[in-house]
Amino acid sequence: MGGRRRGDIGVRSAIRFALGIVALAALLGSASAAETPNPAADAAAFKKFFTDKFPKVKLEDFVNGPYSMDEGLHRQWQEKEQFPPYEFAVETGKEMFSKPFKNGKSYADCFPNQGIGVRQDYPYFDTKGGKVITLELALNQCREANGEPPFSYVKDEMAALTAYMAFTSRGKPFDIKIPDDPRALEAYESGKRYFYTRRGQLNFSCATCHVQSPGERIRAEVLAPALGILNAMPIYRSEWSGMGTTSRRFTTCNSQIRAVPLDPQDDEYRDLEYYLSYVSNGLPIAGPGARP
Amino acid sequence: MSSIMRPLIAVVAVTAAVAAASPLHAASEADFSVAYAAAEAANKQAGALRNQWTTTAATLASAKKAAAEGNFDAAVAASKDAEALAKASIYQANEQKDAWREMEIK
Repeated sequence: MGGRRRGDIGVRSAIRFALGIVALAALLGSASAAETPNPAADAAAFKKFFTDKFPKVKLEDFVNGPYSMDEGLHRQWQEKEQFPPYEFAVETGKEMFSKPFKNGKSYADCFPNQGIGVRQDYPYFDTKGGKVITLELALNQCREANGEPPFSYVKDEMAALTAYMAFTSRGKPFDIKIPDDPRALEAYESGKRYFYTRRGQLNFSCATCHVQSPGERIRAEVLAPALGILNAMPIYRSEWSGMGTTSRRFTTCNSQIRAVPLDPQDDEYRDLEYYLSYVSNGLPIAGPGARP
Repeated sequence: MSSIMRPLIAVVAVTAAVAAASPLHAASEADFSVAYAAAEAANKQAGALRNQWTTTAATLASAKKAAAEGNFDAAVAASKDAEALAKASIYQANEQKDAWREMEIK
């Protein structure tokens, strides 16, 4: 009898132990599933968040940034588009793009389709080099490969070249791909992490302004939604009194929150551009743009 | 010694001892060097975490300027402020290693 009771207790303990293991395995399984990167699900959730938050804004209108946020601002944008302040940059960029390098080659030789109508495919993940290649970086790589010195990443020539390339791609939907390569997924995750990480003395992340507060004012500025925020790059900003590239936008955002900006085209910024462009897949290229 | 003088001397002696031990004494160049090095080291650590603050850099610069002008009290105070800012940026970077997910759109 006593031996039987001891046996029952032994069986019960074994069952409890086994159930515990099963529960733990299920818990670990669900935790790892939650942390497994899923860019497609991220992009769907991203779009849903913004379209739920701004039900009156058409999906493709998010590319107009602050000008998509209400009717008055939208009218301002329409008026601005009649005499767009970025027009000179497009003309300069076109001229620069067609002028051969000293070796006789040109930018067209460095890009698919001669560089016309390809903006929507940048940035891409280069599986050979294992890194994200942005359009700005590709342009400077092209210059250096042809014996020309690189341009500053933030404005002037680089803004003009990217303005022209964006202009030839207007209306084409962002088509950023994440190849089947763990490094590409890591770059995407790194960009996402950068986007949501608080930094600077003001303790802001990119998301603080562009997810939590789009449409709100920060001083005189109306904050743009993160969805489609890169589709209109490069931009003419009245605040800058000139054109600026994606690199300029990232570095000045960092300074504004009192964080020391990284160098343009550092890995973090390239990954951030990769993430933000990917989650805006399907939205049309609208660059170059104009912003207050 | 009169009974009035004895407590007076004691008060003066205590005051002198407190003054000697107090941080209110004028800072030296050596004090500045120590404080500045600590602040710079903390800011370097923040740099390794890719999270330096512009205000730390500005405060370090003002510490250096005050030292160049011979105002070591101000230089030490600014160095200590810079160190506190740098340490806050280190804390922020470490805390955000996981906390960033709280803001993620899911």
